[in-house]
Amino acid sequence: MPNTPSGPRVGLFVTCLADMFRPSVAFATVKLLEQAGCSVEVPERQTCCGQPAFNSGDRKTTADIARQTIDAFDGYEYVVGPSGSCIGMLHYYPEVFDPADSYYQRALDLKSRSFEITSFLFDVIGADVLQDQLKQLQFNHKVTYHDSCSGLRQMGIKQQPRQLLQQVQGIELEEMEEAETCCGFGGTFCVKYPEISNRMVSNKTDYISNTGAHTLLGGDLGCLLNMAGKLKREGKQVEARHVVEILAGMTDIPAIGEADYDLAQQL
Amino acid sequence: MEINTPFFKQRAHDALKDENLQKALGNLKAGFPEKRAIAVERMPEFEELRNQGRDLKNHILEHLDLYLEQFESKVIENGGQVHWARTSEDANRIILDLCKQVDAKTVTKGKSMVTEEIGLNDFLEANGVQPVETDLGEYILQLRGDHPSHIIAPAIHLNLEDVSETFHKHHNRPKSDDPAVLMQEAREVLRDKFVAADVGITGANFCVAETGSTIIVTNEGNGDLTQTLPKTHIVVTSIEKVVPTLEDMTLFLRLLARSATGQEFTVYNTLSTGSRREGDQDGPENFHVVLVDNGRSEMVGSEFQDMLRCIRCSACMNHCPVYGAVGGHSYGWVYPGPMGSVLTPQMIGIEKGGMLPNASTFCGKCESVCPVKIPLPKLMRHWREDEFQKHLQPKAARYGLAGWAFLAKRPTLYKPYTRMASWFMKRLAGKKGRIKKLPLAGGWTDWRDMPAPQGTTFMQAWKEQQKAGEQP
Ligand code: SF4
Repeated sequence: MPNTPSGPRVGLFVTCLADMFRPSVAFATVKLLEQAGCSVEVPERQTCCGQPAFNSGDRKTTADIARQTIDAFDGYEYVVGPSGSCIGMLHYYPEVFDPADSYYQRALDLKSRSFEITSFLFDVIGADVLQDQLKQLQFNHKVTYHDSCSGLRQMGIKQQPRQLLQQVQGIELEEMEEAETCCGFGGTFCVKYPEISNRMVSNKTDYISNTGAHTLLGGDLGCLLNMAGKLKREGKQVEARHVVEILAGMTDIPAIGEADYDLAQQL
Repeated sequence: MEINTPFFKQRAHDALKDENLQKALGNLKAGFPEKRAIAVERMPEFEELRNQGRDLKNHILEHLDLYLEQFESKVIENGGQVHWARTSEDANRIILDLCKQVDAKTVTKGKSMVTEEIGLNDFLEANGVQPVETDLGEYILQLRGDHPSHIIAPAIHLNLEDVSETFHKHHNRPKSDDPAVLMQEAREVLRDKFVAADVGITGANFCVAETGSTIIVTNEGNGDLTQTLPKTHIVVTSIEKVVPTLEDMTLFLRLLARSATGQEFTVYNTLSTGSRREGDQDGPENFHVVLVDNGRSEMVGSEFQDMLRCIRCSACMNHCPVYGAVGGHSYGWVYPGPMGSVLTPQMIGIEKGGMLPNASTFCGKCESVCPVKIPLPKLMRHWREDEFQKHLQPKAARYGLAGWAFLAKRPTLYKPYTRMASWFMKRLAGKKGRIKKLPLAGGWTDWRDMPAPQGTTFMQAWKEQQKAGEQP
């Protein structure tokens, strides 16, 4: 669909995991934003949100990356990305600057403009805008939804993805036990404390497979890579996808960790 | 108490393999969190109470000296004495002196985490005074030479069989695994100890400035006997427990019971106000309050001040997936779970305690249930900042972070690098779509597959797509 520049001008925050592991998630996000009437641009000078530095206690690097991101997304009406955790990090930027620093105000401003994709579509654009497109989609499977921690507790994302999914034809949502409990990813936590992380993700994959769902959905690639990797290792037959892949009707691309797919060949 | 915090990883490893412990932890998960959820649902104004609790505690911390002085003068007015202990050693010495003044041979003790913190039992024993724990959980632990693994359910790491075994060994009675029989057995054994004790030591959940009262809340009633029967009652508590008025106290009691056990109110709420007056039916002749600082006053005005709001309800650990996986003993010192991960480095030093604030995914569940809204993940992050500044993190982690930061701050370098990494991992996965073993990422691939990337980066694919789109 061609851009209809009547809508807001949105800067896509790609997120480093979508960039490196699953570009299709970023493409799906672009598609949804365009369907919602936005004109989407991808600022060149973005890398990562800086969360690894922030959570490792490196405030200087965090502030450097925050400044870089603030500059890169200057002037966009909205900043939208496919992750509650990374957008949540953008919301922490004001904390890393002294209120006297000129970037402090700009950080507050960025915070007020940046949204996770399902929350942007549902809370900002409005639930009914994508109604027609979503109704045309068909996904005849049972799915279950994992609430990623930052999305849920920091950004208040709970109903938005579910409400949007509900409009897709044929989909059946079965909630798992402890959908709101951490999957054990936690950024560097999963390699710093692999055994504890393993216990947490094992609990999770049990809850997931108990639902009998065909597909696990979520809004954060970190958690999804973790859970998909564990499901695969355990030989469990559950696919894992980012929620935007369903909403954008991009389920022809193999699920996370499934069979061969080479984006480079498609270009 | 011995400090085993630096061995957190090894202890967690052992805990994950310990089937008995895992069984006991399974019970915890189904217990407290569910009860709390029901209690909170039944009280629509709970959220508002949390805000009030937070604000009131902040107010108290701003005027801590004032309320503590008021509390002290009220205690004295009521015939009691207040002793200020800057360190654990000071506190232990003060308590021992008080015991010696009345020639005490045995002291009964109600449940108190502060006495664990200062290592009181070992100290008293080494100096010829026998402490007897009267809280059922603590009593079991004392018989076993064990320590609490939870701040309100100290023996939560044990199963019924463990208790039955312990009682059989120490009580010289037939073995039983009926909880009611075991409870009765403990009661009978403890009754004699209550009567024989020269001194009773309890903690305090709160100290009320306007009346000079201290309060303990229990579900067993053991605390009442501990503090009313002996001639001397020593309350051992810490400076942040002070609240201005009785009414303020009730706000915290409501928050505490619901957050801890999901009760609307704890069964026994016992106030102690000074020593026995003429005409009183019971009560101690000597009433002492030992106010322990142990690093707390340093937290006032620091980035860790919020932690002093803690009312020791245990909700944070009950809801913590890390605590739920490894249990309280893994944390290696007195305070486990999220609150312990913030407090422990303050009390034993970040050099020894650094493992704890790192053992968190920052999932935020703890903060979301904390009755006084302590931003626990943020405070753990402050400890990581402290570690970072002091170069305490392992070399591999520091160099890894520095390398990543170098690239992340240079978008033009970052792009080819990520493209290469994506391409490389894609080749490594071959046709399978996932990697079974990834060099330098054993922490990941020892336990789970690494889903393969899609072969190039979004930034690259987008650029090419845009270019193609521009062509006529
Ligand atoms: S930190 Fe909060 S949740 Fe944890 S014990 Fe203290 S008051 Fe309770």
